[in-house]
Amino acid sequence: MLSNYEVYQLLTDLKEQRKDSGKNKHSAGQQNLNTIMYETLKYLSKTPCSRQNPETVKNFLTTMVPHKLTKAEKLQLLNHRPETAVEIQLMVEESEERLSEEQIEELIQKVTDVLPGDPEQEGATPSNETEMEEGIDQ
Amino acid sequence: MFVAVEMVDTVRIPPWNFQRQFNEAIAEELNKKLANKVVYQVGLCICLYDITKLEDSYIFPGDGASHTKVHFRYVVFHPFLDEILVGKIKYCSQEGVHVSLGFFDDIVIPPESLQQPAKFDEAEQVWVWEYETDEGAHDLYMDQGEDIRFRITDEVFLDTSPTGPSAAATNTPAAPGAEEGGQKKEAPYTLLGTISEPGLGLLSWWNS
Repeated sequence: MLSNYEVYQLLTDLKEQRKDSGKNKHSAGQQNLNTIMYETLKYLSKTPCSRQNPETVKNFLTTMVPHKLTKAEKLQLLNHRPETAVEIQLMVEESEERLSEEQIEELIQKVTDVLPGDPEQEGATPSNETEMEEGIDQ
Repeated sequence: MFVAVEMVDTVRIPPWNFQRQFNEAIAEELNKKLANKVVYQVGLCICLYDITKLEDSYIFPGDGASHTKVHFRYVVFHPFLDEILVGKIKYCSQEGVHVSLGFFDDIVIPPESLQQPAKFDEAEQVWVWEYETDEGAHDLYMDQGEDIRFRITDEVFLDTSPTGPSAAATNTPAAPGAEEGGQKKEAPYTLLGTISEPGLGLLSWWNS
């Protein structure tokens, strides 16, 4: 299984490579590749994976170790960066039996801390973390 | 959402490409063959992930091109069952809500998998969720272009290989627009989804 971040990275690298080599990417045979690359990059750039890098992914997986989630569940959390308990319940199977309410809150906190969020969204509604940081600076 | 699928294929490099880097020529041929195409029972192929093994190349009599057996991995779009995805509503019809991901369009949420009770508004051609609260019923419209979160419930692969001349008297129109000639274009890969769970449906329904 591949995470959205890995595919996003692969496609961006491929795009750079093809930009440099220049000549034949407009030939009829390459049109399919161009189309699928463009559309997939367009879709992925609007998801949390566009703000991830190898360290954040590694940190995320390390912080997820104590929660004993399946590979598929961790992948979904990585790809979607859920911010509410409802989303966690959708992605983690049988979450009512496996996770208490505090554990769900803890999970949300870890996910939003480790994975970078949408700067536009966070500019509008400042979270506790950014307010605390501003307090330290002042 | 994406999987790296191991595949093996024989790649033909025509002689005029012999001066290129071998790996690049192979990669280009593979992408030309598979990118943006659906492989039966596998999924929608996106792009080459890497080449794992190159076997010896042969040249056959009568054809100046080289033929090489290549073992490689390809990035394929193939969401697993019960995976949560976010897409945009393309349009609504009697068959349900049609969702698109941009690079993949054939996702349908059938009427029975919508948040119940739901009704189809014929005038505006939209599905509506009749949400009941103590204050009364709210009509939540599923408009075109809205972001929607759904869960994958099923996938259907159709073999669209040509079947040869059919015995029945089918009109074969000369024009490329074949829909009117009675031939329907079947999607080779269709995904079925559901939104009948808390948290699923339009993102605006759940973001307070």
